[in-house]
Amino acid sequence: MAGAAPQGASAGSDIYRGNGPRLLLPVWLWVGIFLVAPVLIMAVYSVLTKEFRGGVIWDFTLAAYDQFFLDRGLFGDEPPRIEWTYIGIFWRSIWQAGLATVLCLLIGFPTAWFIATRPARVRSVWLFLITIPYWVNLLIRTVSMKFLIRDTGPLNEFLLWAGIIDTPLALVNTNFAVQLGLFYSYLPFMVLPIYAAVERYDFSLSEAAADLYADSWTTLRLIILPVVKPGIVAGCILVFVPSLGAFLAPELLGGAKTFMIGSLIEEQFKGAAGNWPFGAAASMILLSIVMAVLLLHARAQTKGDRT
Amino acid sequence: MTDLRHFTGFRPLTVLCLFILYAPLVIVAVYSFNESTSITRWGGFSLKWYVDVFTGPEAPKFRDAAINSFTIAIGAATCATLIATAAAVAMTRAGRFRGKLASLALINLPLMVPEIVTAVASLVFFITIGLTTGLLTIFLAHVVFCIPFAYLPISARMQSVPDVYEQAAMDLYATPWEAFRLILLPLMAPGILSGFLLAFIISLDDFLITNFVKGAGVETLPTAIFGSVKQGIKPNIMAISTLLLGVSVVCVTLSWLIGRAGQKR
Amino acid sequence: MLDVAQAVEIDSVVKRYGTVTALHGVSMAIAEGEFFTLLGPSGCGKTTLLRCIAGFEQVSGGAIRLHGEDIAPLPPHKRMVNTVFQNYALFPHMTVLDNVTFGLLRRGWGTRDAEARGREVLRLVQLSEFAQRRPGQLSGGQQQRVALARALAPRPKVLLLDEPLSALDLKLRQAVRSELKSIQRETGIAFVFVTHDQEEALTMSDRIAVMSAGHVQQVGPPREIYEAPQTRFVADFIGETNLIDVTVTQVSGAVARLQLPGGAAMDCPAAPGARPGPGHLSVRPERLSLCAAGQGDLAAVMQDHVYLGTDTQLLMRLADGARLVVRQQAGSGTVPDPGAALGLRIEAGAARLLAD
Ligand SMILES: Nc1ncnc2c1ncn2[C@@H]1O[C@H](COP(=O)(O)OP(=O)(O)OP(=O)(O)O)[C@@H](O)[C@H]1O
Ligand SMILES: [Mg+2]
Repeated sequence: MAGAAPQGASAGSDIYRGNGPRLLLPVWLWVGIFLVAPVLIMAVYSVLTKEFRGGVIWDFTLAAYDQFFLDRGLFGDEPPRIEWTYIGIFWRSIWQAGLATVLCLLIGFPTAWFIATRPARVRSVWLFLITIPYWVNLLIRTVSMKFLIRDTGPLNEFLLWAGIIDTPLALVNTNFAVQLGLFYSYLPFMVLPIYAAVERYDFSLSEAAADLYADSWTTLRLIILPVVKPGIVAGCILVFVPSLGAFLAPELLGGAKTFMIGSLIEEQFKGAAGNWPFGAAASMILLSIVMAVLLLHARAQTKGDRT
Repeated sequence: MTDLRHFTGFRPLTVLCLFILYAPLVIVAVYSFNESTSITRWGGFSLKWYVDVFTGPEAPKFRDAAINSFTIAIGAATCATLIATAAAVAMTRAGRFRGKLASLALINLPLMVPEIVTAVASLVFFITIGLTTGLLTIFLAHVVFCIPFAYLPISARMQSVPDVYEQAAMDLYATPWEAFRLILLPLMAPGILSGFLLAFIISLDDFLITNFVKGAGVETLPTAIFGSVKQGIKPNIMAISTLLLGVSVVCVTLSWLIGRAGQKR
Repeated sequence: MLDVAQAVEIDSVVKRYGTVTALHGVSMAIAEGEFFTLLGPSGCGKTTLLRCIAGFEQVSGGAIRLHGEDIAPLPPHKRMVNTVFQNYALFPHMTVLDNVTFGLLRRGWGTRDAEARGREVLRLVQLSEFAQRRPGQLSGGQQQRVALARALAPRPKVLLLDEPLSALDLKLRQAVRSELKSIQRETGIAFVFVTHDQEEALTMSDRIAVMSAGHVQQVGPPREIYEAPQTRFVADFIGETNLIDVTVTQVSGAVARLQLPGGAAMDCPAAPGARPGPGHLSVRPERLSLCAAGQGDLAAVMQDHVYLGTDTQLLMRLADGARLVVRQQAGSGTVPDPGAALGLRIEAGAARLLAD
C-alpha cells in the first residue's frame, strides 16, 4: 500500500508517453474537419448575400445581421429601428429553456438524491430505470408526448371519463406543451450528473452538521447543496444548452406562437422562404450565447478550484 | 435516530419523475397493439399494426430507412469508438504533453455546440466542398457527435484500470503496442463495448443533423417517422416506435449488464 | 571487495521529479547471484531506485549498468530485468500459466517451449496444480508465488522485488521468507529486494543497503550493519540503540580514544570517517549492564521501566539529562526503584564510535 500511494496520486499514467499527439490525431482531424471547419464556413456564410430559393451568392455583406437586429421598413429605406421579432424569439427561447432547466432541477434533484441514497443493490435498479428514457429516441419520446396530450388523446379521455373536465383541454400548440416537451426531453440529463455528485457526497458531513444542531433542511441548504453544486451546475448546462436550440419539442408540440430558435433556423434552409445567410447568422448568434454560458461556467469553475 | 439521508417528499417526487418519463412511452406501446383504426379508442388486442409495418404500403420505405439507420449507426459507432479509444489512451496514459487540455475541449466540443448549429454548419460545409449529400455525409457527421459519447465510458473505464498491469507486461518484454493489445484492451473491453453501444444509440437517435445533411430521397428511421408524423400520428408509427423502444431497452440492458460484470471482476 | 562479476552497477544515480529530488547520487554494486536488500524508511527512494533499474523512470543523472552494459537508453521491455510488483499486478484476464509464459512469448519463445518452461517454474513455486486458474481464484500467498514465477520464468539477469511480502499476513510472510530465499539460491539470480521491515532485511539478505532521504547510508552484510553501524541514522534505524554524546580525543586507524559523559575514558572501534571532537557513541541496550553507583563506565539515575515479556526495558537518565535504555533479560536481577542512582557498564567491544 505504501508504495502504491505516490503512484496512484500522480495525475494520469505516462506509460505510453510520447504517443499522445499521435493518438489524438484522428480526433483532431475528424472534429477539426467535420465540425470546426464547418462552423467557420458557416460564419462565412453569415456574411454572404442570399440567393433566392436557397444557397448563397459570394458577395460579402452584413445584411443577415442587419436583418436580425434592425428594422428598416418594408422597402429598406426608413431610418433603422430595433427589430424585435427575432430578438423576441431568442428571448422567448432563452426563457423557455431557463424555465425547463428550473423545472428539471426541481424534480431532478430530489430524484437523484433519492436514488443515490438507496442501498447499493436497489440503487442500480433505480438508476437503470432512470437511464432507459435517456437512451430512447428523442423523436419517439416527443411523438409519444404529443399522442398523450392531444385534444382527443388518452390524457383528455381519462380526465373526461373521470369527470374532472367537461371539455377537452387544448394543450397542444401551447407554451405549456412546449415546456412539458422540453422538460420531458432533457430531464434525464439533469438527474445523471447530480446523481454522480450525490454518490460521492460524504455523509459524515451531514452527521457533523446534525451534530452541530442543523435540521435536515438547513443541512440541505448550507452543506449538501454547496458540496454537490458542481453536479447541479453540470446538469443545468446539460439541460439548458440543448433546450435553447431544441427543434423537435417546439416543432411537434408547439405552434406559430411558440416558435423557438431551432425552428427559426431550420426554416431558413427549407424551401422557397429560405435565407441561408440569415440562418447562418442566427446560428452564429445562438452559438455565441451558448459559448458565453460555457465560458462563464468554466471561469467559475477554475475560480472555485483556486480557492 | 433520524436518517440523515431522508427528506420528506423526495420519494413521491422520484415516483412522479419516473411516471412522467414512462407514461407517454407506455401508452404508445399499449396503443400500438390496438385493434381499432381510430388511434384513440381501444378496440381490443391485435398485432395488425406490426404486420402493417412489415408488409403494409409503407413497409418498403421504412425498411430502407431502417437499413440506412442501422448501417450508419454501426459504421459511425465503430469509427467513433476507434477514435475515442485512441484519444482515451492519449488522455489517460501518455503523461503530459502540449495541447492536452485543448484536445479534451475538442473531444467534448460536439456536446457543446447546439445540434441545430452543427446541422447548419455541416450542411453548408458539405455543399461548399461539393460533397453530394447522402449516406456518406450522414456517416461523416454522425461520427463527430458520437465521439464524445463513446469517449465518456471508455476513458472512465481506462482510468479505473491501474497501469501496473501494463507496466508488468513491459517488464516482461512486451512492447507498448503489445502491452496495449494484450493487457489494456481486454481489461477495458467492457468500457469499449459500453462506448460503442452508447454511440450506436446516439447515432440511431439523431434526427436534426441527419435531416439537414441527408439530401433528397435518403431517409433514416427518425426522418421517415418525422415526415410521417407531420401528417398525424398513425398506428403504424406507434408500432415502429415501440420496436425502436425495444432496441433502446436491449442496448441499455446490455450496457448495464456489461458494466456490472466489469465491476465484479 | 571480492572480485565477483557485478550484475548491476548503480553509478551516482540522480532522480528528480520536478523540484523534488528522490535520489541524490546513489551508487552501489550488486553481485551475481546475490540477495541484495534496499532498506529504509518510507519515502527514502527505494521504489524510485527499483523503477529506475526496471526502466519505468528515466534517471536524471548517473548510469545504471547491467553486466557492464549501460541500460539507460533501453525501454523497460528491452531490459533483461524482471519485477515482482508490490501488489503483484497479475493479469486478471489470463490464467496462471498464461501469466507465467507471457514474458517468454514476448521474448520470442515458441508456444510449446514457453509452456514447458512455465510449468517448470510453477513447479519451482509449488503451484503446478493451479496452472489453469485465474489470479482472482488464488489466495494472497499463491498470487505472490505466481508473481515470482512469472518474473523468474524468462531467467532475467536481475530480479527486482518491491515489498513483495507486504500484502501477506505475518504468519505467511515468515513462511514465504525462507521459501523466497531458497528459490533465490536455487536459481542463482541476483535479487534486489525492497523492504522497510528490518527483520526481513536482516534474515534474508546477503547484503543490505540502508537508505535515507535519497542517500545510501551504508552497504554491508546484515551482521556488519547491525553490529558495526557507521552513521547515527543506521545505528538508530536498525534495531534499538543508545546514542551517547562523547568527546573524541584521538582517532588512530579503526580505534578511537574518547571521553564519556562523567569523565571516564575508553578505547573503542571507530567507524571510518570518525574525527576527533564531539561525537556519538552507539551502544545497544542489551549490551549495557547495571552495577553499583560509582562503578562502571557511566553514572545514571533510574527513571522508569517497561515490561516486555522476555525482557524488561529500563529507562535511565545520565547526569547531563540524556536518556538511556538498558535491556535486562527476564529473571536476571531485580528492577531498581525509580530515582535510584546506578552505575552502567558497557560490555567489552559493544560500543562503537559513529562517523555522524
Ligand atoms: N511521480 C513522482 N512525482 C513526484 N515525487 C515522487 C514521485 N514518485 C516518488 N516521489 C517522491 O520521491 C520520494 C521517494 O519515493 P519512493 O516511492 O521511492 O519511496 P519509497 O522508499 O519506496 O517509500 P515506501 O517505503 O513508502 O514505498 C518520495 O519523497 C516521493 O514523494
Ligand atoms: Mg515504495
